[in-house]
Amino acid sequence: MSLLAHRTSPVWIAALVHRLSGLALAIFLPFHFLALGLAISGEAKLDGFLRWTNQPLVKVSEAVLLGLLAVHMLGGLRLLALENLAWRAGQARLALLAIVAAMIVVFVFLASML
Amino acid sequence: MPETLLVSLWRGGTDGRYVSYEVPMRENQTVLDVVTWVQRNADSTLSYRFACRVGMCGSCAMTVNGRPRWTCRTHVSKVASNGRITIGPLENLPIIKDLAADMRPFFEKWQQAKGRFAPSKARTDPIERIAPDNPARVAADAAIECINCGICYAACDTVRWNSDYLGPAALNRAWTLVNDVRDAANVERLTAVAANGGCHACHSHQSCQEHCPVSLNPTRSIAGLKRRTAQAYLRGEIKP
Amino acid sequence: MNVRLYVWQRLTAALMVPLVLAHFAVIFYATQKGLTAADILARTRGSVAWALFYGVFVLAVAVHAPIGVRTVLAEWTPLGSRSRDIAVVLFGLLLAVLGFRAIAAVVLA
Repeated sequence: MSLLAHRTSPVWIAALVHRLSGLALAIFLPFHFLALGLAISGEAKLDGFLRWTNQPLVKVSEAVLLGLLAVHMLGGLRLLALENLAWRAGQARLALLAIVAAMIVVFVFLASML
Repeated sequence: MPETLLVSLWRGGTDGRYVSYEVPMRENQTVLDVVTWVQRNADSTLSYRFACRVGMCGSCAMTVNGRPRWTCRTHVSKVASNGRITIGPLENLPIIKDLAADMRPFFEKWQQAKGRFAPSKARTDPIERIAPDNPARVAADAAIECINCGICYAACDTVRWNSDYLGPAALNRAWTLVNDVRDAANVERLTAVAANGGCHACHSHQSCQEHCPVSLNPTRSIAGLKRRTAQAYLRGEIKP
Repeated sequence: MNVRLYVWQRLTAALMVPLVLAHFAVIFYATQKGLTAADILARTRGSVAWALFYGVFVLAVAVHAPIGVRTVLAEWTPLGSRSRDIAVVLFGLLLAVLGFRAIAAVVLA
């Protein structure tokens, strides 16, 4: 029996993306706080770190992180709407729009780097 | 059109296996027809369930090519890919034998969710007047047609991943009773569905809604329960 | 997941929507202007506003993230309920401690 047989609905995929993005952000956050904490030893350490982040690979990762945050928030808004507003049809389309919006955020950020 | 179907049926219990049968293909054939043919012509030891065979009772629910369906309402032509079908018992439930799943956990959770009506009046009291367009009644009516076939429960991944989860059918029924003004047990019911494994465990995958053969929407009912329980909790009416 | 955790998770989520949008704006501004550490710190040092903004943000995420992680641990790992609950509380404390340390790093002189 195929485990993924009926798990192709956009709404199901949106839930999976929401969960995976949340996990990724949860793993990323402590490192984010640690990086900012470098300022404790004065701006030199933080500056060194910021210059390190100027590499393309890091910039792409930053863009991906922003995308993850955007998609997680949009997925969360979808849930808040579903749970608190009147039921509406066409949620599959909204779920896809949310993912597209998150990708736009990623590309805008990347484009601003060029 | 190929003359025979290659049908894989689950045989045995949890540690069973798929066994293949060749079944004659017909012009108009349901999956239930196929299973019945096997039991009558190929192997009389095959165990399976059905009753009405016309899409009213929900007894014939099984997993067909990975999706839970009523086999009497599933035409072979719609599901057989390359003349092959795989049929197993409903998922997320213990297997009794072959294609028959044990529905007891499903019904136990129904009771846990307080899915039974608790009267507030005696027979000598006047009949409660409920307008059909009363919003609570409309909400209850939209969810009331459930015949407990178990398809939503079998389709739900949260049921699969969380053994405490009461499941879409039990919560959907609880929602109809929460909206029934005649019912007297709503504090206990809201407390029951606000606990661990209650309505808040639902992730709104909507597999239940996608598969329900009578087009019910347990996700919507569960969203309603989330609102009601949150309000009741914040007002101190329930203390789970 | 029960009603208590649900309410805390949804409320912190709603609270964080405007905070995340503001954070996006801050990030875009900082990267567009090519701010160095010195530039950033010049803006944040001694600022009660930044301290409050990010303080609220850190508290909210320190409540929100562990509740979500708890569900994932419960559904996708064989971890027992006690170990799981201890692990997520520790995770929340870690986020709070590191988060406030980071705020202190950029706000305090």
